[in-house]
Amino acid sequence: MSESARQDTTEQAEFRQYCRQWLAESKPQEPDVRLPLSPLEIMTEEQLSYLQAWQKSAYDAGLVGCDYPIAVGGGGRTDCQRIANDEMIAARTPFMPNVIGLGMAAPTVLHHGQEALKQRLLPRLFSGADIWCQGFSEPGAGSDLASVQTFAERKGDKWVINGHKVWTSLAHFAEWMILLLRTDRSHKYDGLSYFVVPIKSALGKGVTVQPLIKITGETGFNEVIFENLEVDDGYRLDDLGKGWQVAMTTLLHERGAGELQTPRSGGMKSKATHSTNTANLIELARMTQRNGKPAADDPLIRDRIMQLVIREAGLGQNQRRSRVSALQDHPARLLLQNKLLASEIAQAIGATAMEVEGASASLYLGDGNAPAGGQWPMAYMNSYGMTIAAGTSEVQRNILGERVLGLAKSK
Amino acid sequence: MTQPDNFGFGEEAALLKDSARKFFADNFTPDTLHRMVASDHNPERMSACAWDRDLWQQMVELGWTSVAIPESAGGLGMPLVAVAGLVEELGRAAFPCPLLGSLNAVYALSACGSGGEAALIEIAEGVTATLAITNAQGSWDLSDTDVHSTQGKLNGMACFVQDARKIDRLLVSARTEQGLGLYWVAAEAEGITIEPDAIVDLTRDQAHVRFENVQALQVSDNAVAALSQAMPAIWTLIAADIAGAAEWQLQTTVEYAGTRQQFDHPLGFFQAVKHPLVDVMVLIDQCKSLVYNAACAIDTLSPRAVEFAHMAKASASECAAFASSRSVQFHGGIGFTWECFIHLYFKRQKHSQLLWGDAAWHRAQLANILIGTAA
Repeated sequence: MSESARQDTTEQAEFRQYCRQWLAESKPQEPDVRLPLSPLEIMTEEQLSYLQAWQKSAYDAGLVGCDYPIAVGGGGRTDCQRIANDEMIAARTPFMPNVIGLGMAAPTVLHHGQEALKQRLLPRLFSGADIWCQGFSEPGAGSDLASVQTFAERKGDKWVINGHKVWTSLAHFAEWMILLLRTDRSHKYDGLSYFVVPIKSALGKGVTVQPLIKITGETGFNEVIFENLEVDDGYRLDDLGKGWQVAMTTLLHERGAGELQTPRSGGMKSKATHSTNTANLIELARMTQRNGKPAADDPLIRDRIMQLVIREAGLGQNQRRSRVSALQDHPARLLLQNKLLASEIAQAIGATAMEVEGASASLYLGDGNAPAGGQWPMAYMNSYGMTIAAGTSEVQRNILGERVLGLAKSK
Repeated sequence: MTQPDNFGFGEEAALLKDSARKFFADNFTPDTLHRMVASDHNPERMSACAWDRDLWQQMVELGWTSVAIPESAGGLGMPLVAVAGLVEELGRAAFPCPLLGSLNAVYALSACGSGGEAALIEIAEGVTATLAITNAQGSWDLSDTDVHSTQGKLNGMACFVQDARKIDRLLVSARTEQGLGLYWVAAEAEGITIEPDAIVDLTRDQAHVRFENVQALQVSDNAVAALSQAMPAIWTLIAADIAGAAEWQLQTTVEYAGTRQQFDHPLGFFQAVKHPLVDVMVLIDQCKSLVYNAACAIDTLSPRAVEFAHMAKASASECAAFASSRSVQFHGGIGFTWECFIHLYFKRQKHSQLLWGDAAWHRAQLANILIGTAA
């Protein structure tokens, strides 16, 4: 029995058994294509269609949207998504491609959308038929998200949108975008509103998607330009001027601190993919020679790796402790640390791996002599996506200092 | 064995932790502590050993010294996760007393089989104890001791003995002809001289203990085996003490950063202060989570218990150092004075940081487990 299985309710225990059996029978074969490191690095149609087929089969089997109401296409269960997640992770399935839809758009639409909109959007979101992207950041609005300038002007019962969004992962595949924009220029926070916008159908007709190339050389995110795009008022979530509050629902879930569990799966790797964790770092240190002996024998390297092992274990145990109410100091204290810690630990593991590799850390993906196929330099560079996106580490520390410790709000 | 999702931290454990917190909040404030232990600021002072025996007696009557003793020996038989919760609250209050020493002795005696039973019964009846197992170099290697046992008599010296002037019994490791034995002896037994160390920490006392032809009861003929079994719990408890003390340091510093104004703002407005305080919180939470993980693994006899206990103490030592450093720094000039209570915790933490192995030592042991011994 697994660690968490012992605590299962009857519903959870039955569902766990069901998931396990379904996965044993229906987990997809490893693909011929190289799988990307994460859904945000999906680059080709081949990768996407393989992953979409997996998400659809998992949804059809009831492993996606488990805790959402049946009326909106969910499973109508209670606290069962994490059961499905446990089992999908244990079964080393591929990950789901519609990560922004599942993790951010779905809880936001559920909390703030009209019933008809939920019923129309969520089933196709859960099945992966519609890929979603997130239109928050702009060239002039990064950490200071509330300064977005993309503007919607009322025209009858429609809105005309003009503006420029950046770092938009998956926009090149997306049918829909969650869009934070301005409907009133005289109030910073209360002038914001929140829409869901069909972008694929508007490509070339008011919407332009252009790839942005990442520091690693990969594509995967984009800039999206709106020029006089007309959108129905029915696509607005919550009241006019309530965009900031709606965005907070999105961000809470994006940072892993929301009450609705996001489907998680994905231990399946193709040859050229690997995970940024200390088990792989230890393996690297064993394989790497430094000054004629394994790096794993160098006391300084050993100490550095153990520091990371401890941080990684601490994060895992924080998540376990966050479910024990008698061991909490503040309800959000542990949850709000998740994103900060996961991203900074991954970055430190990547940096340490490159130091372990020594001179060979100079070799990248295209070099046949690169250790681990050049994945460590790429993982290290990609880690900056994690420490910058979804609120930089600096913003996370402000949030923790202000909301949890109660320190004065910084400008 | 399966690891319970909630660390095995059940209702009784929560009740014990809550009542300990309330007990200290009601009876023992930092102000009381300061008046008790900080009356003499002379840096060359000999260490005093002031403590509140009446309050301690109440703690004994509440059963706190027998929480970890098996029911068969008259104790409450509570799991280590529950004991860790109690010790976290002890650390938060920085209450000077022989609770940790007695708990350490309990875990060591519990690993001695039937030989330790009589001593456990004594502790369950209110007798206090501490470990005397460290040599003059402060080695954490369990086979290092400067005490010898010949024909049932102890000779030599044990060093870095914690709370030696507050306890009734010593649990001594001594070299025999066959190896290393553990001995149980009254602190006032003939031939024992307790020589106090002049230490930085005002909330504890420490001594070296001389043995001259001391008659002692052997409770184990394999001290290394018994202590090896007990050390993970001992590391976990000092880590829990650190976590509690660090939480006090954090909350006190946060409160100061909310009231002290400079440049027209409270200190906490400035990110140069706010962000490191968040980092202190992060280290405390890592430490707490690893403490309860280790305690749970020890309770459930997990094969990874030793590994997890090393993680807990390594994490705690880092946490102690950083929380202490930031608590003084962010109190500014007043934090550098004897009158500010911050120094009491600063000094306790610097002591706890190295006790039973510092962070680098525990990481080195952890590496031996996870990577293997270096060639």
